[in-house]
This record gives sequence, C-alpha cells and structure tokens, in this order.
Amino acid sequence: MSIEFDNNLPIYLQIMNYIKREIVTGKLKAGDKIPSVRELAAELQINPNTVQRTFQELEREEVVETRRGLGRYVTSEEAKIMLIKKEMAGDLLDHFINGMQELGFSNRDIASIVAEAVDANNE
Amino acid sequence: MDNLLQFEKVSKSYGSRKALNDVTFSIAPGKIVGLLGTNGSGKSTLMKITAGLLPVYSGNVKVNGHPLELNTKSIVSFMPDRPMTESWMRVRDAIDFYSDFYPDFDLDKSLQMLDFMNLKREERISSLSKGMNERLQLTLALSRNAKLYLLDEPIGGVDPVARAKILDAIVEFYSEESSLIISTHLVKDIERIFDEVIFIKDGELVLQAEVEELRLKHGKGVDEMFREVYAE
Repeated sequence: MSIEFDNNLPIYLQIMNYIKREIVTGKLKAGDKIPSVRELAAELQINPNTVQRTFQELEREEVVETRRGLGRYVTSEEAKIMLIKKEMAGDLLDHFINGMQELGFSNRDIASIVAEAVDANNE
Repeated sequence: MDNLLQFEKVSKSYGSRKALNDVTFSIAPGKIVGLLGTNGSGKSTLMKITAGLLPVYSGNVKVNGHPLELNTKSIVSFMPDRPMTESWMRVRDAIDFYSDFYPDFDLDKSLQMLDFMNLKREERISSLSKGMNERLQLTLALSRNAKLYLLDEPIGGVDPVARAKILDAIVEFYSEESSLIISTHLVKDIERIFDEVIFIKDGELVLQAEVEELRLKHGKGVDEMFREVYAE
C-alpha cells in the first residue's frame, strides 16, 4: 500500500479516500480483512492515532465493520460499496463541472462536450 | 486523564542569555509530539530539564504528576543529540551497559530492535556510520519501558533511507500508553507521525496544536506553519 500524501490536508481523510478507492476498484473486496492500526501506521509511516481515527470514521460510515476479537473487515454489503462508488463519482463530477464553469462554459456546453469526449474515447 | 508532562512558567538562563522564557504547556499520555524550532531555539534545554539533567531553572515541571526529582528519571528515557556510548564499546557492550544501568531495560525488545535496525551485536560503535549510530541510540532509548521518551534530533544528519528506517522503528516500537517528544528542525520528513506539535522560538513557546486540526482548519501542514512562524 502506498499513498502520496499531501501534508497540508488532513491525513485521516486521505487514508479514508484511499481505502474507499481500494474497495471500489475491487482491490479490497467485500468481507476482506483490513490491516490493524499498528500495521497500517508502520506501513505508511504515520501516527497510529491518525489511523485509529481513519478506522473510526470508516466504521461510522459503515464502510468497515469490527468483528469482536477478530479485527476489521470491509463491509459485506454490496449495496454499500455501490453507494461509495456513486459518492466518489459525484465528487469527480462536481470537481469537473466547477472547473468547466470557471472556464466560462454553460451547462449545455458542458453536456455536449462530455458527450463528444465520450464518443471520441469509444472510437 | 492526567498529564504526563507539565511545564509551568519555566525559564532558564545560561549567564545573561535566556534559553527558555516563561514556557507553559502540557502533554497527555499516548501522544507523539514534535518539538520544533530552529537551531538554538531552546529545544535541547527543554529536553534536558525534563530529563532531570539541568536542575537549576525557575518555574514548575511535573512528570506524571510528580515534581521533577530523581525518581522521575526512572520513567523518562532520554536520547541525547550526542551519543552516550563510549567509543571502545561494541554494540553488545552498549546494550549490556544500558541493561545494567536501567532496571526497566527490556532486553528482548532491544534484541528485536537491533534485528529490525540491521545492527550486529559484534560491531564496534566507532566503526558505525552516523545513520547506524542513530539507529543504535534510538534502540537504546526505546528499549526502556519508560512512560516518557525524549528523542533529541533522532534524524539529524542522516540520509533519507536511514531516516525512513528510524521513523519505521518509532512507529513500530513505541508503546501506546507512553508519550514521545521528538525534537527536530527537519519537519517535512517527519510531520506525519506527530499527534501534536510545539513550536519554540527564541526560548518562547509560540504554538501548541494538534496537527490534524491545523490541516483541517487552516489547510496547512506542519512544515508550512513552520516556515511561516520562523520566516526571517
């Protein structure tokens, strides 16, 4: 596991996003065990309390679940994973649309530019 | 929870030069704290006072709720910026020396750490590179079962590979009930292992903050804050 961290953004958010991405792209599968706090902290060379916070937030969002005495696992609910995927797509879209609006494109322009780009990509 | 370390209005002068001026802060258990400042800002003085090595100062210092005195030394493990080992020693002699001297020295842990650090017991300390020597000093300091660890410039003057190994070892081997204070002026390489940072400048405390809060609230990491605070 390796992450290029941006030291100016909260580290726990960056690890959360990283783990979500691993889940959505199938590198971590539904029901897989995830590393312990200590393992992940050592691997990423970051503060163990930061990893702890990451896992707490992921639990709160029901992305991972703790099984008593066994460790933490990726949620086994496929619906939850689809939801994460949609959220991540939503973030990408917001980012893209904001960028295009800043460049001065109207919503209609943006839609047609996207359609053209998708077509071009298929050829 | 009780504070592991408390400084209250602490000042220290060397002759007419003030090394620390009215410094107040506290550190809770289970934290890795970065003590940051440029050369000569007072970092080492603060550490030496905490380690009980500079008895004359004004103000109050408490370790684990007790006033600084001889018996607080037994719960504070100090890695000074200059090695405490002798040049005639081999690695095993240094281990034996620490093991004899400190009742809380954990021999098993030290052997595990030596292995992790790729240090051989038969090696002469005088023939170790600077990076390997830093690894040994860290092994000696972290192998004690102390409550408070003080590491003075553990990554000063070593190459990036040794630096990464030292950071690995710190995260791997520190125990969660204890706290660690790490002084450095090389902020960028190490800021992700801190819970909190304390900035000192010209002997005065200018900032104590949780690092994730800095990033959340100000969109700034420790290195960027450091550059702002110490800009000349």
